[in-house]
Amino acid sequence: MSTINEETLFDASEITVSMGPQHPSTHGVLQVKLKLDGERVIDAQSVIGFLHRGVEKLGENQTWGQWVPTLDRMDYIAAVSNCLGYCETVEKLLGITAPPRAQYIRTIMTELNRISSHLLWLGTHALDIGAMTVFLYAFREREEILKIFENYCGARLTTHMFRIGGTQYELYDGFESQVKAFVKDFPAHVAEYETLLTENRIWLARTRGVGVISAKDAIDVGLTGPSLRGSGVAWDLRKAKPYAAYADFEFDIPTGETGDTYDRYMVRMEEMRQSCRIVEQAIGKIPDGPLMAKITKIIKPPVGDIYHSIEAPKGELGYYLVSDGATQAYRARVRPPSFVNLQALRQMVIGSMVADVVAVIGTLDIVLGEIDR
Amino acid sequence: MADEKENQQQNQPEQPKPATPPPPPPAKPAAPAASPKPKGPVPEPWTSPLIEALTARFEDQVVKSYRFIGQNQVDVKKDRIVEIMTFLRDNDISPFTYLVDETAVHWPKTEEFEIVYILYSFDKNEHLRVKSRIREWEQIESVVSVWSTANWLEREVYDMFGVRYANHPDLTRILLPEDWQGFPLRKDYNIRLQDVEWVRKHLGIESGQKYYVGEARAEEGDYITPQD
Repeated sequence: MSTINEETLFDASEITVSMGPQHPSTHGVLQVKLKLDGERVIDAQSVIGFLHRGVEKLGENQTWGQWVPTLDRMDYIAAVSNCLGYCETVEKLLGITAPPRAQYIRTIMTELNRISSHLLWLGTHALDIGAMTVFLYAFREREEILKIFENYCGARLTTHMFRIGGTQYELYDGFESQVKAFVKDFPAHVAEYETLLTENRIWLARTRGVGVISAKDAIDVGLTGPSLRGSGVAWDLRKAKPYAAYADFEFDIPTGETGDTYDRYMVRMEEMRQSCRIVEQAIGKIPDGPLMAKITKIIKPPVGDIYHSIEAPKGELGYYLVSDGATQAYRARVRPPSFVNLQALRQMVIGSMVADVVAVIGTLDIVLGEIDR
Repeated sequence: MADEKENQQQNQPEQPKPATPPPPPPAKPAAPAASPKPKGPVPEPWTSPLIEALTARFEDQVVKSYRFIGQNQVDVKKDRIVEIMTFLRDNDISPFTYLVDETAVHWPKTEEFEIVYILYSFDKNEHLRVKSRIREWEQIESVVSVWSTANWLEREVYDMFGVRYANHPDLTRILLPEDWQGFPLRKDYNIRLQDVEWVRKHLGIESGQKYYVGEARAEEGDYITPQD
């Protein structure tokens, strides 16, 4: 207390508050320096990098296959997506495609992972704003998905499910019935979460008109994923540039109108239903056949560069790889969705209340492991 | 720090100043000795109405346009990069309103950085990769005025490669601490040397770690211990 100058304490027209890096609502180690006028935010500056592990440098020093488990540690909530994006990029550079059976398994797993990622977002986002119950319900269903992952590959979070050229493991006995049971029950659970939030007056007061961003600004700042769709841009890489087996399935792209926190909430809730729909279509008709394409043990892609991106739960996850024909990448670049999305935080919180900063961080759905890499 | 680096580099490479644009090695199929048996994909010449319009507008700035594994690329010179990018964003043929990614690749043999811009057009649903080469000590104009996404992306490139963007609003380190030495994603970055120095300075002992000098993929013989 003695360090505060009394003059500035009582004449506090502008104060600077440091939020984080140890703060429960920053979802990891994120520091936001807020310049405040009373309770209103004048400026916000994000300080990141606390979790930097040099993932891209590691990619230049590990073989093409060895880098995959490292990538699971970026967005650890959606490790399956990270793995899928990278494997497909290398396959594209090698000029091979995974067999249809592997494509279907990949699609089902990625969609289940999207649901689990959105469930974690829903639970923590609601908890930040003050709705405790949803968290418990969301984690109940997330547990079912993690059980499926565990049965399939032995891990719950950092799964390393796929390999360059296909998938490693055959489906286990009872996979189909377990997934079918989940898919059957899940839409009712989403409806259950909605009864708690969608028309809840406190929820509406905390999310309507908070963190508004227009479609034009969202594109300019590079927002992708549900955050962009909440602003009314119906753009989804699964439709725009179909990968894995997405071209075979029917699903809708939910969009919002005003681009506020409530719209992004509605988009993600609907996305969970659509993911459920994709899994439902895929589970009955997984084709038979091999799991791996014909691929050499030592992977040496041809000289050249490639960019490939997928629709991760948080947005566009891209990989830009440069090969010089060696067993390691010459340059391995990850375009993480959270890193680019977090950049929008500043313009979304300026002019709002301090409490809304928490809501906006939640609605951007960031994972610091992916931002800092 | 940055100035120091500049001075070092200004001194050595007086003689190999190529006046002509350097050849683009990354996408060349020119098959080095260790190339894999299948000949591999080859970049094929490619053009589009947009590229023709771009060439007509900036005739001496467009080096070449080509297609590699179905992905469109165009190499441009760095001098008028902001004008080129503004044109690509605002044109009517295929407006690239979304900057997907901006990154760099270090080519130490030619002492160059390749700045890679990945653009996306919502109207035409297409990606375009724009590449521009700069010498290690040169600056390139920032494109933050064209897409505000570039702000953090360029800060990251500066953080990792030491590329100094001109007219960037806030060119500071973003992922690494402010007092970090060196630029980690350069091929000549030496993490072990830095570790040895850190241990020596802060703990007052010799770490005994081996480190190497020169290129990142050095041979075993290049390793030296601090005692040497």
